[in-house]
Amino acid sequence: MTGTENEEMKKAQTAAEQGTSDAERTARQRKRSIAIAVSLALLAVLFYVATLVKMTGGIAEKAGS
Amino acid sequence: MSDIGLNDRLDRDDLALPVGGDVKDYVALLKPRVMSLVVFTALVGMVAAPGGIHPLLGAIAILCIAVGAGASGALNMWYDADIDARMARTAARPIPRGKVTPGEALCFGTILSVLSVMCLGLLVNWVAGALLAITIAFYLFVYTMWLKRKTPQNIVIGGAAGAFPPMVGWAAVTGGVSIESILLFALIFMWTPPHFWALSLYRMRDYERVGVPMLPVVAGLKETRRQILIYSLLLVPIGISPWFIGLGGWTYLATSSILGAIFLWYAVDVYRIREEGTDADARAKRLFVFSIYYLFALFAVLLVELTVARLMVWLV
Repeated sequence: MTGTENEEMKKAQTAAEQGTSDAERTARQRKRSIAIAVSLALLAVLFYVATLVKMTGGIAEKAGS
Repeated sequence: MSDIGLNDRLDRDDLALPVGGDVKDYVALLKPRVMSLVVFTALVGMVAAPGGIHPLLGAIAILCIAVGAGASGALNMWYDADIDARMARTAARPIPRGKVTPGEALCFGTILSVLSVMCLGLLVNWVAGALLAITIAFYLFVYTMWLKRKTPQNIVIGGAAGAFPPMVGWAAVTGGVSIESILLFALIFMWTPPHFWALSLYRMRDYERVGVPMLPVVAGLKETRRQILIYSLLLVPIGISPWFIGLGGWTYLATSSILGAIFLWYAVDVYRIREEGTDADARAKRLFVFSIYYLFALFAVLLVELTVARLMVWLV
């Protein structure tokens, strides 16, 4: 194999590895984004439900007094 | 794959390798094993507190305490990234491995700290929120950034951060602090030095390599063993004291007495070491491992006793 062919093979290999690494990075970013979105949604639900619980507790106390 | 070796001198910026971590790498930043102990002791503090809390608000409190503890872990990993890369025990953490950059860990830890404190304060009460904020701040600023690299008493004072969770759990229910919650704090506070010094006895080379002034590095192995024995002697009566104030029952008295005696036995065994080597390391490791079971068992028995007592009241 000539030196030029060797260099071309190495470039193709690096490009392929780069592509794979880019794809992996994109997949990891996607997973992180999904995890953040789910966490924020859970946080919103948590606040909503906790507010209901605290408001219900307040109304029950007022009704009792 | 990181090419950082144990002998390389590193600054924190050298570790900024932008490879993009997976979700599990961010979870690893939270130190899940430490989180589980924090959650468990906080739960015991919550169950031990008089009165009650709505189950949902109680679960929220536990979640906030867990996230706050995890945030502390992430911030600790951010600050200690340089020495973590050079210690065998910590070289596999996400930042030394190049999975997460220090900046990402800092951002992650900061956001989780603020969120956990705000949620605990808004949804439960501000005394618990304030205590959680103090816990996080103490662990980061007092232990990690100040004491750890400055003094061999780092683990004695800095260990207070790990002792706060039962107080936070108690405050989540009562909105305040009491002698019982302070006692639970004292139990963990007094347990921390013999626990971590036992670890440092057989990990001394690691700490020496990175210049962390753990007691064996500064004062020597013999003095460390003596200090372990002293703190163990102080720990055992504190371990039993929940029975004296009525927090623990007869099962707790028996458990804390027996396990305390075993703890002392192992501490004496470590103290009597005369030759360094495999046997000395094995004895130190045995004490370290037992100390984990000791603390877990004491809190577990408290939890069971208190839960049974509440169930009896509820049923009758």
